[in-house]
Amino acid sequence: MWSYKKMLEHPVNIKNPNPALAKVIITQLGGPDGEMGAATRYLSQRYAAPYAQVKATMTDIGTEEMGHAEMICAIVHQLTRNLTPAEIQKSGFASYYADHTTGIYPVDANGVPFSVSVLQSTGDVITDLNEDLAAEMKARTTYDNILRLVDDPDVREPIKFLREREIVHYQRFGEALRLSLDQLDSKNFFAFNPSFDTKQKCPPAPQPRR
Amino acid sequence: MDNNNSREVLLKRVQTSTFALVEANLFLDTHPRDRAALEYFQRHHDLLQQATKEFTEKFGPLTPADYDGSPSWDWVSDPWPWENKEEA
Repeated sequence: MWSYKKMLEHPVNIKNPNPALAKVIITQLGGPDGEMGAATRYLSQRYAAPYAQVKATMTDIGTEEMGHAEMICAIVHQLTRNLTPAEIQKSGFASYYADHTTGIYPVDANGVPFSVSVLQSTGDVITDLNEDLAAEMKARTTYDNILRLVDDPDVREPIKFLREREIVHYQRFGEALRLSLDQLDSKNFFAFNPSFDTKQKCPPAPQPRR
Repeated sequence: MDNNNSREVLLKRVQTSTFALVEANLFLDTHPRDRAALEYFQRHHDLLQQATKEFTEKFGPLTPADYDGSPSWDWVSDPWPWENKEEA
């Protein structure tokens, strides 16, 4: 089970509201490569993972992603504080404001609500881990795109932290994939699903000669 | 192994105390000055700490923070909570 810690993983302290920027950054909550999708993806996939290290990696990264969703929410919240109707009109935030005022609602940068159709959980650990590697790179690219649009150091700083976490997760998922491939028959890597075809055992790995 | 100290029995104690805290937590969120509820939370918090200590000493960590200095990161070890004895 989970418990909540009353703190952000990394601080968010934004002095100047910027609703136009909020409308872009919210895609990392509810967009195709956002943190809500990441958490949902890994925390759904882990049940089919056949190896302990992969179960742990998916659980722990999925858990961290929930903390990242919270950071994005904090950024969007702080960017949309104390707005006047004139500022809302001028910034292009009015289309979001009409439906959600300044509440947090998971959408992409075009206002399309979050959908799990952006992610997969296939019940095949090799397939899932390849999806996870792609997901981390897509999220990193999105953070790079956001950083090109942001001058405010108060916003850049937490976004840069989140971007770096994507790279670390990519690294860990890469190791999880390597650990998984090591369990397979090296002559026949992708002939069966190690999460499902449990009756097919790998031959023992050759021992190094002394 | 003594049946009273089996994994199931010790885990059940942690689960029972954890649920008591979850329930008291929700009640206290809307009754933050209820003295009986505060005492109930404190009592079950103490029980949870004791039960967690007994479980983790024998069967490994329930959270990464339960690490005890052992030479291996037992956090990754099977079983995970969605697995039961029928697991292949």
